[in-house]
Amino acid sequence: MAASTHGPVLFRRSFKVVGSDFLNAGSVSKDIKKALKQLNVDAEVIWRALIVSYEAEMNAVLYAHECDITLEISHSGIHLVFDDRGPGIPDIALAMTEGFSTATREMRERGFGAGLGLPNIKKTSDSLEVTSTVGKGTRLDIHILFPQAQSKAA
Amino acid sequence: MRVRDLVTELGLEVIHEGDHMDDPVEGGYVGDLLSDVIASGRRNDVWLTIQSHENIIAVASLKDLAAIVLAKSTTPHDETILHAQREGVTLLRSNLTSYQLVARLAALGVSGDR
Repeated sequence: MAASTHGPVLFRRSFKVVGSDFLNAGSVSKDIKKALKQLNVDAEVIWRALIVSYEAEMNAVLYAHECDITLEISHSGIHLVFDDRGPGIPDIALAMTEGFSTATREMRERGFGAGLGLPNIKKTSDSLEVTSTVGKGTRLDIHILFPQAQSKAA
Repeated sequence: MRVRDLVTELGLEVIHEGDHMDDPVEGGYVGDLLSDVIASGRRNDVWLTIQSHENIIAVASLKDLAAIVLAKSTTPHDETILHAQREGVTLLRSNLTSYQLVARLAALGVSGDR
């Protein structure tokens, strides 16, 4: 896989999101932001990680029953995994198309479901791998490289 | 210009003061799609929206926005106010539309330029 983080994991934390829990939506991203700030991660990297984590967290809230999230940090960057139990994605290529969405009217009225989530994650990260089994769930494997690791990878 | 000055200049209603009344307003963003705002909102932006539910608070908090201004007299849900209190987010309201607010912000020197 291109542009993945590598080297020993220096920091690891796990989180859980419960599907349809709108009241706590965003709290995992907030915890990730706090952890990255405490570790003095580059501000631009935090900014990118937050876009990615919020979009993935909201996808889990909107569509999944529950989702396990792992944040790992190495010398080369951030590795985020969102592993959910949910309906899965029948056509991943279609789901990656900007503007495609299966959101309900209620989700759209709340300002979600514009079909920007997965495309935003792809644009903002250095690599995104989506694997999914219909009826079981979806896994997002995301890497965001630190600036020095990006220049080495280029 | 600080958030506090905007409140005075634009006659905004303060729903919750939060922790940002003395923050500098460095820019602004208009959006009702949360994915758009999470991707494009910047630190110390004032965010104009007609979304009233609690998830706007997490967006403002994550992006370190200066304040949320609910346009067109939008009434926030009770949970939205509770979340603003919990997160220290500054929540304001105006009877003007987002467009009218942008025009007034621009006249006050708050541009969308970076």
